[in-house]
Amino acid sequence: MDLSFTPAEEEFRDEARTWLAENVPAEPLASMDTPDGFEEHRAWEHILFDAGWAVVSWPERFGGREASLVEWLIFEEEYWASGAPGRVSSNGVSLLAPTVFDFGTSEQQDRFLRPMARGDEIWAQGWSEPDAGSDLAGIKTKAQRDGEHFVIEGQKTWCSRGAFADWFFCLVRTDPDSERHAGLSYLLVPADTEGLEARAIGRLDGEPGFAELFFDGARVHERYLLGGEGEGWAVAMATTGSERGLNLRAPGRFMAAADRLVDLYKELADSRGPDLDRRDQVVSAWMGSQAYRWQTYATEARLRGGAPIGSEASFMKVLWSELDVELHATALRLLGRDGERADSSWMDGYVFALSGPIYAGTNEIQRNIISERVLGLPRR
Amino acid sequence: MDFSFSDDQIMFQEAVRDLLANECPPEVVREAWENDTGRTDGLWGALAEMGVVGMTAPESAGGLGMDETDLVLLLEEAGRAALPEPLLEHTAVGIPTLAEAGGAIAEAWLEQAVAGEATLGAGADGGYAVGAATSDLVLLIGDEIRAVPVAGASLVEHQSVDWSRRLFEVDGDEVVLDADPGLAFDRAAGAASAQCVGVAQHLLDATVEYVAQRYQFGKPVGSYQAVKHHLANAALKIEFARPAARHAAWCIAAGDPDRSRDVSLAKVLASEAVDLAARTALQCHGAIGYTFEYDLHLWMKRGWALSAAWGDAAWHRNRIAAALGI
Repeated sequence: MDLSFTPAEEEFRDEARTWLAENVPAEPLASMDTPDGFEEHRAWEHILFDAGWAVVSWPERFGGREASLVEWLIFEEEYWASGAPGRVSSNGVSLLAPTVFDFGTSEQQDRFLRPMARGDEIWAQGWSEPDAGSDLAGIKTKAQRDGEHFVIEGQKTWCSRGAFADWFFCLVRTDPDSERHAGLSYLLVPADTEGLEARAIGRLDGEPGFAELFFDGARVHERYLLGGEGEGWAVAMATTGSERGLNLRAPGRFMAAADRLVDLYKELADSRGPDLDRRDQVVSAWMGSQAYRWQTYATEARLRGGAPIGSEASFMKVLWSELDVELHATALRLLGRDGERADSSWMDGYVFALSGPIYAGTNEIQRNIISERVLGLPRR
Repeated sequence: MDFSFSDDQIMFQEAVRDLLANECPPEVVREAWENDTGRTDGLWGALAEMGVVGMTAPESAGGLGMDETDLVLLLEEAGRAALPEPLLEHTAVGIPTLAEAGGAIAEAWLEQAVAGEATLGAGADGGYAVGAATSDLVLLIGDEIRAVPVAGASLVEHQSVDWSRRLFEVDGDEVVLDADPGLAFDRAAGAASAQCVGVAQHLLDATVEYVAQRYQFGKPVGSYQAVKHHLANAALKIEFARPAARHAAWCIAAGDPDRSRDVSLAKVLASEAVDLAARTALQCHGAIGYTFEYDLHLWMKRGWALSAAWGDAAWHRNRIAAALGI
């Protein structure tokens, strides 16, 4: 055990910090959940990619720098501390790419990974349906084989930035007689496919960041099938919480928010005086970010030792999503009567944080996973 | 950055776990609750034979030259078994502090302590020294470290909710040690954190086992989502307290500049974890857990005691706030 960073890791950190200090836009970009903001964020992804920072842990041939997992965590710490924009490509990079690495053919890897990493093709997830949310295996959208093609009929929903995305990664039922987890396949669908319509839905913040997808005879070639036909469930689940990205939300994001919260407390205490009750809430939120940090480095060591991340990824999902709400709710309480103002980044962050315990498997589902698959409690 | 333990460290942990599984079952803990000393018959000797008791002393003093990163896994095991022996006071605090102080006091006590022939106690100055009556030399840690030989000292005993923890106010002839009191305190708080994690883990494990075999309405109570989510919440607290406690151990061993802040982080998280685990364990056991005959309370009460000892969550939260400048 040595919890100091090696000289090489420190050097990597310095390099990232220096580059970010020189390149992060001085003014915040428009919201990535609006059409203009989406394109501003895409342009930022190009800049990151061209400088080699978009996907640091990926192989060089796909635009990465083959950084270790520790270095990726360091990069995330520096990235969020620098105040850099949110990552509009993260659903592809964090949720789809691990699956492409593990299950994609080499043609699929060559075709998809670089454009995904550069933001030339931005991906959105097409998993949830009106009647299949937490109960994902209730998917009804059908993809019927027709020679070399699949013909898709059905509806997907809650598709983040689906109105702007270039591609969708979808779970669909390719065996019409199947039920539940069987007979599903993992299909990659171009947004401009005929017979596919994406309609924006306003989210809680009023921005068109959600979409419904309507499939009416959309034809997709079989070369866009990821993994085996009928094996979609296993393919999708095998890489949720994959070691390649560890997960969607690295600790650095929350460490940076916690540091800003501490600064906010200091700033307000200078004018209003100390408030021990709120101060303790700030300390608790800061501790949450640190707890996540050390648990993640411990997890990294476990993975390096050959263990799978498995169901224990659910611990992380619950921790970061509830921590994110706590961090922002605490900030709004600090702001007092200004807490309701819509022009603060804390309110934006709070509204976004509230989605965390819902998306990527609700925290109720995560707690079921923890109790049944980690603790081994009886399912029924 | 490498958070992995070595094979030797894991083997040492497993050896201690095996010893405690065999030699420190609940009946043995209960004996310590009822007897005159609060200690077990022979376990300390067995730990001395394994080298555990003096492991934190330099090899030149007969120890194993090990540090907090070696000890932390054993402290977790001690918590898991509710071991009523002074691993915290003697091995985590007393020995390294005496070794640091050096001089005549170390000359007089260190080798005996390493061999397990003399027992070192420790307490926060103005607080209690656990097991002082069965110690030979007690270190009182405050703004300075005062070493008080127990022979000839006056001891005032108080009862702990955990009957194996005999609490003493200690007063007597003292020597002020040439050692860092902040470091000694952090060693104690860090060790208490690791023990809290172990206690919490046992409470969780025992409850998972119980709710899987306790049937109501024709199925295991552990199959009900209300019970599952209670236990998932306790598991979450433990999952995030454990790495913090291990990180704190490394900070102490490595002399990290943020040591005190991060020991406090560990103690808050571990105290909260064991408090929630105890509360959850009791609730999920129901009435059987509320009895004195059932063993659960041995761990619950150890958890309450360790959560309060060496700075409770509120005290350590204040220390973090100070370190953050708020």
